[in-house]
Amino acid sequence: MITRIAFLLLALCLACGSAVAAEAGLVIGSKKFTESVIIGDIAADLGRAAGTNVTHRQELGGTRLLWDALRSGAIDLYPEYTGTLIHEILAGERIPDAEALNAALARRGLRMSRSLGFSDTYALGMTIENARRLGIASLSDLSRHPEIRFGLSNEFLNRADGWPGLRAAYGLPLRSPTGLDHDLAYRALTSGAVDVIDLYTTDAEIAADHLVTLVDDRHYFPGYDAVILYRIDAVRRYPAVLASILRLEGAIDTSTMITMNAQARLEHRDEASIATDFVRDRFAIVTEDHSQGLASRVVQRTLEHLSLTLVSLAAAIAVAIPLGVFAARYPRIARGIMTVSGVIQTIPSLALLVFMIPLLGIGAQPAIAALFLYSVLPILRNTTSGLNGIAPGLRASAIALGLTPWRRLRRVELPLALPAIFAGIKTAAVINIGTATLGALVGAGGYGQPILAGIRLDDFGLILEGAVPAAALALLTEAAFDLAERLVAPRGLRLETGSGI
Amino acid sequence: MIEFDAVTMSFAGIRAVDALSLTIAAGERLALIGPSGCGKSTLLSLLVGLVVPDAGRILINGAALSPQTVIAARRRIGYMIQDGGLFPHLTARDNITLMAGELGWPEGRRAERLDALATLTRLPQPMLDRYPAELSGGQRQRVALMRALMLDPDPIILDEPLGALDPLIRADLQDELKEIFAQLGKTVLLVTHDLGEAAFLADRIVLMNQGRIVQDGSFADLVARPASDFVTKFVRAQDRRLVAGSTGSS
Repeated sequence: MITRIAFLLLALCLACGSAVAAEAGLVIGSKKFTESVIIGDIAADLGRAAGTNVTHRQELGGTRLLWDALRSGAIDLYPEYTGTLIHEILAGERIPDAEALNAALARRGLRMSRSLGFSDTYALGMTIENARRLGIASLSDLSRHPEIRFGLSNEFLNRADGWPGLRAAYGLPLRSPTGLDHDLAYRALTSGAVDVIDLYTTDAEIAADHLVTLVDDRHYFPGYDAVILYRIDAVRRYPAVLASILRLEGAIDTSTMITMNAQARLEHRDEASIATDFVRDRFAIVTEDHSQGLASRVVQRTLEHLSLTLVSLAAAIAVAIPLGVFAARYPRIARGIMTVSGVIQTIPSLALLVFMIPLLGIGAQPAIAALFLYSVLPILRNTTSGLNGIAPGLRASAIALGLTPWRRLRRVELPLALPAIFAGIKTAAVINIGTATLGALVGAGGYGQPILAGIRLDDFGLILEGAVPAAALALLTEAAFDLAERLVAPRGLRLETGSGI
Repeated sequence: MIEFDAVTMSFAGIRAVDALSLTIAAGERLALIGPSGCGKSTLLSLLVGLVVPDAGRILINGAALSPQTVIAARRRIGYMIQDGGLFPHLTARDNITLMAGELGWPEGRRAERLDALATLTRLPQPMLDRYPAELSGGQRQRVALMRALMLDPDPIILDEPLGALDPLIRADLQDELKEIFAQLGKTVLLVTHDLGEAAFLADRIVLMNQGRIVQDGSFADLVARPASDFVTKFVRAQDRRLVAGSTGSS
């Protein structure tokens, strides 16, 4: 029976595996924030217009993750900002000008486009009424108003190119500003709890909340010009595709970017359809709308999620059951095996996923590897304890009958341990389905994708779009296992209640 | 023929079997008896290779037991383990024919043998399709005996075959077991803690204590010519229980 289940799972895996492997072509990445996702979608549309298969792995994570993925070749390009390159990624090097930056990138096999036409930099902002009332238009005006209350994002407060440098450059009051979450800061400002907040110049809320950005008259903030950062070898592999994407140079002005951000963040429009509109209006390229209906989105996420879960679970079953048999037979080695898999279990899933990236790149593979590691322990432990829990008399009578060790395992020990092994697989499957939602962080897709996007866009509906199917799948899996357990477990074992043998 | 030749076996520093030698002739029916922990069950475990002796040799029909020969030897021994040891996930039929199936007996041969054994042990045919949990204690013991006898082994070894049964069923089964032994005419090695049962089922009784043989002979020898105080005390203890039982004062 176990063999049959294993074969079934293996067949499913192969099917899913080939589906995963079918992806090819130029790979675009984007960071985990709206603007980056929109530019990624636009670039993908332009790339596809050149007639090649283009994959957009959206909202992969933060700067460091994207940079590493680009350098390892897991992605071919992603949207970046010059200021981030100079002050964050290459902060260890002295980069006085654009020429030095290009040279530093070239040494790493990378190149950046010219500016896309807008710059997204830090700025300080106020409500229009306040600014008018106090007569503040520029940052240097602020030093004349020591009573002003600052509410600044925690990252801005701590970055060297953030508050500390700004205060020194403009001689701002020493009173310590309040640390705020960036998304809450807008609410604090409009409600009058603070007077000045830090913002990104392309934030949609600037227009929506009637804010003014104060002029950086001493040019303190570095330029954060948006660019496309790409691998030089991608030019060779996909010359036409890249040429098509590089039409974005100078194509998006600041107000267009703000509008697009607003459409995503305030109107809850799908990034893909925003991108489609932009490409149509700006380049007269009509692409098929990649934004899908709810049903087809859920189907696609379900397939992605199932493939992550099935492949990793099948691999875990294939490894953990033999390992459990081995551990039951050699108790001394068992302790080592249990310790190692126990330690793996304690690694936070996010950390485990990140550990996998240098080894396996991004996409489904690192997620599957991490899920595999998580699924091993419950199955392994239950296999071992199921086998060890067999009554000594039953074990002895199997030996005394003259069965060989292998046949003993096959005919007596594994069937008797089957309920325990099955329970282990069920536990692993349910954990696996839950944890697989984190796979979206490394570009594996699945139900985590809408959850991540929902958190980013503050869109509760989008969060539910991932969370509800994920919970349903977990419940369904549990029910399916309960049913299968009844069908698979030998009848004699289910009868065994209170009847001492 | 079974020979234990100076066999020693220790568990956790305690000698369960202490330099014991014993020869059982073909066709002989021998009961091993003694207080619990005296090593009588260990002798059976040694015979089927569930445990390996620290010293000494075990020979079955002249061939010494070794890791190479032990699996084949087990298939020639009919071992009925204490409490039956029936596999709960298999029906009575599958329990009985498991090993025959593994050895590739054709269906017809298995069915024929199963029929003969059901008749011998008086197990009603419909019981064969039940799982152990669906059988009564007596039926389970019959199935366990059938499983031990399936491959037509010689010797037959039984570890407390009737231990867990209530007294009435036990008495019935003792009668049947005696009859079966007589019909089969095979070497029988039986472990029991009940002197009466030993006397009833076996021709020869070996009384053990602390891993050694205290006395080896007939029931009459044990009663009339005890080899030591221990034998006298052992016989009397069983006796007293009988007397106490008959007066109903226990």
